[in-house]
Amino acid sequence: MKRWATALCGLLSLLAPYGLAQPSAWRFPPTVQAGTAFSVQTSGSGPATLYVVGTGDALQRSVQLGQSIAFSSEDLRNAGHYVALLVAGTETQSAQFDVVASTQPAGLSFIAKPSRLPVNQVNGLSGVVYVLDAFRNLLVQPQRVTFELSDPSGGTQSRVATTRNGVAWVKMNSATKAGSSQFRASSGDIRVQRAVLNVPGEPCTVKMNSHGAGQRIVLETDPLRDCNGNAVPDGTIVTFTEVYGGQQTTVDVPLKRGVARTELLARSRAVISVASGVVMGNEIRVTGGQ
Amino acid sequence: MKRGGYLLALVLAIATVGLVVVGTVWPNQSAAANPDAGARLASGSSSPQDAVNTLLQQIGRRDWSAAYSGLANKNDFSEAEFASDLTGNYGSLRTYALLDGFDVHPLRASTDEAQFRANLRWASVVGTFDDPRDLRVVRKGDHWQVAWPLMKEARVPPQVIPVNYLRWDVINRGPQDDWGTQDVEAPHVRIVAMHPVDRGGGVVILGELLNEDVVPAFVTVKAALLGANGATLATEDSFDKISHLLLPKQVSPFRIDFRNVRLSQVDSVHIQPSSSLVSASADPVIGIESQKLNPVPDASLTGELLNQSGQVVNVAHVIGTFYDGNGQIVWVADSYPSRALLPQTPVPFAIALPADVSSKVASYHVMTTSYRSGHAQ
Repeated sequence: MKRWATALCGLLSLLAPYGLAQPSAWRFPPTVQAGTAFSVQTSGSGPATLYVVGTGDALQRSVQLGQSIAFSSEDLRNAGHYVALLVAGTETQSAQFDVVASTQPAGLSFIAKPSRLPVNQVNGLSGVVYVLDAFRNLLVQPQRVTFELSDPSGGTQSRVATTRNGVAWVKMNSATKAGSSQFRASSGDIRVQRAVLNVPGEPCTVKMNSHGAGQRIVLETDPLRDCNGNAVPDGTIVTFTEVYGGQQTTVDVPLKRGVARTELLARSRAVISVASGVVMGNEIRVTGGQ
Repeated sequence: MKRGGYLLALVLAIATVGLVVVGTVWPNQSAAANPDAGARLASGSSSPQDAVNTLLQQIGRRDWSAAYSGLANKNDFSEAEFASDLTGNYGSLRTYALLDGFDVHPLRASTDEAQFRANLRWASVVGTFDDPRDLRVVRKGDHWQVAWPLMKEARVPPQVIPVNYLRWDVINRGPQDDWGTQDVEAPHVRIVAMHPVDRGGGVVILGELLNEDVVPAFVTVKAALLGANGATLATEDSFDKISHLLLPKQVSPFRIDFRNVRLSQVDSVHIQPSSSLVSASADPVIGIESQKLNPVPDASLTGELLNQSGQVVNVAHVIGTFYDGNGQIVWVADSYPSRALLPQTPVPFAIALPADVSSKVASYHVMTTSYRSGHAQ
């Protein structure tokens, strides 16, 4: 008989964390919205200690059995699965419940990639939005998200997407003109903005001009533009190469104010060429030292 | 037996005394190649060779005063000019270098004058560099003195050099930014050429990297050699055989050396370029003039660097890419001129080429990277 009683106590102890020992008076709501106040009625009498453990939250509180336990809106903010334990002497009661995100979007986490891309790229830009509540919990209920991309010429592309498991995403085309685009995502009255830079492509042509300056020859390119007419950005390297009598001189010059300019010694029968990246430009042949 | 022991002790004592006398009368001249050799030789200049060795040892000890006072032509320049000829100025590579050793070869000699070629080897953080000087040694009474061939550094005349500065500043994501707040995009770089070669008992990966973006990039290239079973045989990076800072549309060569791996062991090569956005300046512009390939026995590419800006460049790094007739990269080599680049003042450089590579080279491309106090470009 004694052996049977010991075995039963052991079984109850093992099952206690799984809620089988929960008395009918220990009523926890199965779901609680994050950041809301609620209370739980207890039975019995005497002091006890309440433990609540969940995703990112843990609290311990001394309570009086027979009274209700009040949770304020500050207590449980992180969505997830929670376990509550009420310990009174050697007796433990337990319950499990879920804290869920509130239904109202309060923030968007918006990732726009890439933040810099060449002009005229079809579906080259992706926007991903995570809809969050006031406590930065992911809202898994479907939400409408509007994406707007305004290009430097004033045009706007717009797409609407509905979140799935809290995430909405779209692909957009880059602008036809170089410059900064504003990429906005909004849901309800929440709006987030990212800057996306549309950059010119390779120079369409590279053309240089020259004029003599004493012993030296001054070389200057025409303003460099890509094949869509966008100015190639300053800082782009232009290489001037002068070949003469088995020797050569090279200068890597960054574009400044749209043009690259340098001076080389004017050597008789030298051939001067210009290039930027993989684009070759024109050649100039120096005759008679000029 | 006891008598034999005394005899052995006597023989050892006589031999020791004999060796001490020999060492004193005929000292080991090979010590002259070590700049830290004892000061005993410093007092001896009874022969032209002694005079040269003494001077170079004083230079090695940075004893400028003693070295200068023993020169035959000290009236032509000051002690400060003599010291700065050897140690450089403007934070150049020389200012951080120490004399590691020297070789002296006689060229010709007469009763009153002799000529030597001295090659001073300086050790710096980027390796050693040679500083060859032809020294004239003249007899002054009963001793010899060296006439130092001073290389006077060019002076830049006072002037204004207008420069339109262009630089990129970057504001990165901060620690206070929320999750999901995107950072600025890393520059897009691309490997445009890659060629592994078996060389010197190891594998060398040669290649070129293009910054195809519109912003400057700090780049590195790592490579892993994979065996037939996919196992990694070795991993290395390009270290300084690359220009780490690439401006938009700029191409840098890279060379990655793997020692003790044979190309026959390698099944594939995994190359991983990486780039990050950095603040940078588009200046200074450095022209690379009079580039010329020199044949064996001194196979090299020589030329001059011309700093076209108005700033002093403390240390320049010259990297050459060498191609065969098919346009394939056959070698990547570099050098660091030991002197600073003053504005509008040419500074010579030489990139040594292996003799077997030199015969294959049909064309080449040279680029420079410059370092200024507090800046890198």
